[in-house]
Amino acid sequence: MIEYAVYFAATCFGLAFLMNLWKIATAEGVGDRVLALDTMVINAIALMILYGLANGTEIFFEAAMIIAMLGFVSTVAYARFMLRGNIIE
Amino acid sequence: MEQVFDLLITVFLVVGGIFGLVGSFGLIKLDDPMSRLHAPTKATTLGVGGVLIASMVHAYAHEGHLSWHELLITLFLFLTAPITANFIAKAHIHRHETPDTLPPAGEDKTWATHDVPPEEPGSGRG
Repeated sequence: MIEYAVYFAATCFGLAFLMNLWKIATAEGVGDRVLALDTMVINAIALMILYGLANGTEIFFEAAMIIAMLGFVSTVAYARFMLRGNIIE
Repeated sequence: MEQVFDLLITVFLVVGGIFGLVGSFGLIKLDDPMSRLHAPTKATTLGVGGVLIASMVHAYAHEGHLSWHELLITLFLFLTAPITANFIAKAHIHRHETPDTLPPAGEDKTWATHDVPPEEPGSGRG
């Protein structure tokens, strides 16, 4: 039962990942691209957790944690760059 | 008891997957940039939270120990999603809107991000 649920969730997040890629390719502004990248990071975390769940390993949690932190910092850096033209003043 | 845990994990996984899909679908479906901000920051965060809780229950039910990593990631994502949304909205307001095109700010004079205090001479910023 869990196996099929994991497949279902992985399909959902994989489709979501493809939608984010599509949005990055076709967005008309920079803001939308940054938003799509941020969503893509979150979807990547979900896919990693699902892979760890399917294989019964815990090594991916640290990786997911690091990706979550890096995603947040990079989104903030992109937003700063859009607002001010540079990141660290 | 095993059955109950399995059911719980399945429900969390399915609900999380649907939320994640809806969040990314809203990103390409909604047509206004400000409403487009809602779908990924709320629905996707809830979806990934559901998957992480399912993973936590799985670790407790099948490996016999409670793992706090997932709760840490969930907490981190729930804390940072509003901050990133705020930053992106701010960037949008400053790049594409003026105080005239925004809706009225209620009892305040203008929106906080446009409410720049007057520059003091010699304050060292500039």
